[in-house]
Amino acid sequence: MRSRAQRHNRAGRMALNAAAYAVTVFLLLPTLIIAPMSVGPERLLSFPPKGFSLRWYAEYFQDTDWIRATLFSAEAGLISAVCATVIGTMLALALVRGRLPGKGLIELLVIGPVIVPHIALAVAMFLVFEQLRLTGSLIGFAMAHTVLALPFVVFTVLAALYRFDAELERAALSCGAGAFRTFRYVTLPLIAPGLVSAALFAFIISFDEAVVSFFISDLDRKTLPRKMFEDIDFNISPTLAAVATMLTALTILALLIGYGLKRSMERRARAADTGP
Amino acid sequence: MGVTNGQQGRVAVQDLVKRFGPVNAVDHVSLEVSSGEFLALLGPSGSGKTTILMAIAGFEYPDEGRILIGDEDITWAPPNRRNLGMVFQRYTLFPHMSVLENIAFPLKMRGIGRAEREERARAALATVRLGQMGDRRPAQLSGGQQQRVAIARAIVYQPRVLLMDEPLSALDKNLREEMQIEIKHLQREIGITVIFVTHDQTEALTMADRVAVLDHGRLQQLGAPRDLYEAPETVFVAGFIGETNFCEGRIPHAARPGEPVSVALLGGGQMDAVAAQPLPAGQLIKVALRPERLRVLPAGNETATARVTEAIYAGNATTLMLEGQGGQLLRARIPAGAGLHEPRPGDAVRLSWQTADARAFIA
Repeated sequence: MRSRAQRHNRAGRMALNAAAYAVTVFLLLPTLIIAPMSVGPERLLSFPPKGFSLRWYAEYFQDTDWIRATLFSAEAGLISAVCATVIGTMLALALVRGRLPGKGLIELLVIGPVIVPHIALAVAMFLVFEQLRLTGSLIGFAMAHTVLALPFVVFTVLAALYRFDAELERAALSCGAGAFRTFRYVTLPLIAPGLVSAALFAFIISFDEAVVSFFISDLDRKTLPRKMFEDIDFNISPTLAAVATMLTALTILALLIGYGLKRSMERRARAADTGP
Repeated sequence: MGVTNGQQGRVAVQDLVKRFGPVNAVDHVSLEVSSGEFLALLGPSGSGKTTILMAIAGFEYPDEGRILIGDEDITWAPPNRRNLGMVFQRYTLFPHMSVLENIAFPLKMRGIGRAEREERARAALATVRLGQMGDRRPAQLSGGQQQRVAIARAIVYQPRVLLMDEPLSALDKNLREEMQIEIKHLQREIGITVIFVTHDQTEALTMADRVAVLDHGRLQQLGAPRDLYEAPETVFVAGFIGETNFCEGRIPHAARPGEPVSVALLGGGQMDAVAAQPLPAGQLIKVALRPERLRVLPAGNETATARVTEAIYAGNATTLMLEGQGGQLLRARIPAGAGLHEPRPGDAVRLSWQTADARAFIA
């Protein structure tokens, strides 16, 4: 009886695993195909590749347009990651610890960019930025991407704050630390792993954001995704596949580094209540 | 400040009121702790003991009343400016700092240089007998060790007053008893004022110089452990501290505290007692009598006042369950080895007691 139930159970689990892997492969397939396409020697994108060549990668590194767009994206990503993490952390703290009126409204505003269609947001930002001459400027991109990344930062930091033992803040106060030094010496180090995830999230969101960037770019100040759009319109060269492959690899690498960093920080800051 | 050094650690809570919605969590409580005294705040959960401690610590602000330390009014001072030591129920050590860094943290917040910080933190660590543990992380210590580190962190800057919020409740029984004695010794050694919250009466009676018993936000009695046990002033204290028999009845005349009264028990019979508080005539009265103060004597059928229903042997004493003439259920405790009469279930017995041991309260 029992072994039949176990066999049944195992069959079910295998079916579930198979389904999960099938979905994963289906989702990854386009990304996986782009990598072999990027090493084909021909001038036209083709699959499977008829040979192996890195000439499209070389093309990318020699093309100042591509490099300029990449650096611009990286700058915008870094600035908005820093801004979104700082603002988002303050917001999360206010939502958890503060006794401010209109908490619900603030929460709604934070979730806003997730709910409002990006295209609507993009049009709105374009109209405003046009007036303020912010289109095609680094500040404009940083602001737009900060807004888009903010909800993810707030939720990540909120999760870290809920895991954090608030009694430790009382302990710090009783030791003579004021509110700021309590945050600096106790709260911040303990939620830092959450902040690292949040900043990484924000950077990736900014780095591959396409819709808003499409609207607020101009001729020479544009981000990498916008440049890729233009490229697919004018000359479908395998350089595009090379860029896409590198972008994917970079994102995976960033996530892995972030994950490792977070794990090692968590291990160092293992909470006291894991003790006996 | 105008206070002599000897009174720096005095704490005065004056007419404190704290409301949570319609409930008075603390209801006009006044108490004074002298410098170097060990005071326990004892009561069941919801009695207001923790709220009083939190008001002294600065984590709650009262609705009415004042709190003074020395002669300084600290009612509205922020917690980090009160210069008090605090030990929490959970150990609340900073998990990302070493044991030594934890203890040095209050010194760092007071701007004391690195060398002196380390020296004083090491001294505090030695005081709690954990000299070798300075470089460890809190998570590497046992519960008892963590709580000792928390105590070291709370006394390292030599505060006037140490507040402790059920600091031993997370420890197992043996360790708890060991720590009770250790904390008591430490307190005497460094002469600090301690205010200690607990719901464990044995802990309060063992450790404290004086105990404040609280119920429903009201101070029931403030006194030495012996007074609370032997001369409770309210029916709550009589029932809460130790084990007690209660017999209900009425008195014909009003009585002042200390006056002997003869209580007509509800089930029939008379009981001699002493009024523990002002007793109005005609009101329902409860007489409290400790099981070990009840003498059980052999009796013939005509002199008997009770019958033994059960005898429970527990090594150092035997507990008798008795049924009085009026149907009252009583317990008596007979210490072993004192050569006292030990009746068996079913035996008829005569009960006697010193009038002063039977204390009458308004029910």
